[in-house]
Amino acid sequence: MSSTAESHEPLKALPLAALHRAAGAKWAPFAGYDMPIQYADGLTVEHVWTRERAGLFDVSHMGPTFVVIASPPPDADEAHALIAAEMEKLVASDIAGLKPGQIRYSALLNETGGIVDDVMIGRPADPAMRGSLYVVLNAGRKDVDLTLMQTHLSGRVALRPAGASLLALQGPRAAHVLERFVPGCGALSFMQFAQFDVTTGGRALVSRSGYTGEDGFEILIGDGDEKLAIALTEHEDVKWIGLGARDSLRLEAGLCLYGHDLDEDTSPVEAALSWTLGKARKTRGDFPGAKRIVSEASTGAKRKRVGIRPLDRAPAREGVEIVADGRVIGTVTSGGYSPLLKAPISMGYVETPFARAGTRVELMIRGKAHGAEIAPLPFIPHRYKRSAP
Amino acid sequence: MTMRYTKDHEWVRVTGDTAEIGVTQFATEQLGDVIFVELPAIGAAAKKGEAFAVVESNKAASDVYAPVSGEVVAINDALGDAPELVNEGPESKGWFAKIKLANTGELDGLMDEAAYSEFTQSLERNQ
Repeated sequence: MSSTAESHEPLKALPLAALHRAAGAKWAPFAGYDMPIQYADGLTVEHVWTRERAGLFDVSHMGPTFVVIASPPPDADEAHALIAAEMEKLVASDIAGLKPGQIRYSALLNETGGIVDDVMIGRPADPAMRGSLYVVLNAGRKDVDLTLMQTHLSGRVALRPAGASLLALQGPRAAHVLERFVPGCGALSFMQFAQFDVTTGGRALVSRSGYTGEDGFEILIGDGDEKLAIALTEHEDVKWIGLGARDSLRLEAGLCLYGHDLDEDTSPVEAALSWTLGKARKTRGDFPGAKRIVSEASTGAKRKRVGIRPLDRAPAREGVEIVADGRVIGTVTSGGYSPLLKAPISMGYVETPFARAGTRVELMIRGKAHGAEIAPLPFIPHRYKRSAP
Repeated sequence: MTMRYTKDHEWVRVTGDTAEIGVTQFATEQLGDVIFVELPAIGAAAKKGEAFAVVESNKAASDVYAPVSGEVVAINDALGDAPELVNEGPESKGWFAKIKLANTGELDGLMDEAAYSEFTQSLERNQ
């Protein structure tokens, strides 16, 4: 296997690197970090474990950040209105309407309506944190995102990297396990977050969210991160999971990976992320790239992100051309293998007339045409624990 | 019956002028679970050192290089429905193809079992 260093700078280490070494991690560079790609049992075991029990991921390379209004007014709603107005300069989502303790998936936009990064943005419930937003960025886009925010947000906004470990515990046993160490977390619904005391020491900011399609939690913890991670992995239902399985899990769940399924030329409408656009915001058009995005939202974009199921066993990886009607009509942007479906799966973009589920296309793999079908996403149903309507 | 190995982790089992070929146990440990194998067609010409098959794991596709030159006279059809045979028996039931040797002299440049074992151990020490 070839290893190409992206730069001459040394790789950044995860704070919990020693734990991963002890667990037999195999390492590779990712977004400037030395990351565990898998552990001793390998990708398939780790993937299936997460769908059946609880997988623990160290995602401290991502950029959990607090975006804060300096000297917030005493009223929490007023303070939120101020910071929301700032963040809305960069996203088309409804941030002003976030309830305390609510977190949502959104996209930082550029002037042409393309996606700079896909992010999570949450409004803390704690009155002591009024006027701030909890924002999680992709590791590979952290620097770009922080620069974007520094450039466009007023001087009254400070950006505070959380400087803590970020762990994700995902799977049907995640709530059962985490409740033992973070009592009360089980009361969170999908896309809610709050602060909790941790029985092994310290406090954590926990959101019921994740990148696998399973029920699960993302845990921001500074002091006490090692003790919590050790306690979790000592639980019989928990295994460390590496980046390799993280990728196959998110692909089964139909979730995007920035730099592959999303980039600065791709709009949220093309990416099938129209649901992240605020309804009133679309009417007001008060966000970067509004002209393009609003137009695409009403009359449709030229291309669309879709699922693709190859009809034989050959996987279709990123870059594979999609052919129909004797010409190239799209490209695969993510591809691999689903251990649950025991079949190859891909995501990609096709010209919108070919985007309907069931459409037959061909995938050009190593110069040969392989039949495939456009498929709905996700490939595996999501199992989020949403609050009762 | 002679076993020979390449630096790219292919094995060759020679019987008379036929060479059975596959990837080694060491290779499958590096690859992880094999999910797809692309084999050459029967009758295809294999050329020593050139890619003649592809083995795919969850993560990536890897070229398999022909350790010897000759005509492909058999391929392991079972791998079509059961690529996991490569992990289960990399040097037995997970065989890829059989080649009719064009030049038995090419075998001289390949490692024997002891040399290959030493080679993989040195790789493991450096990992």
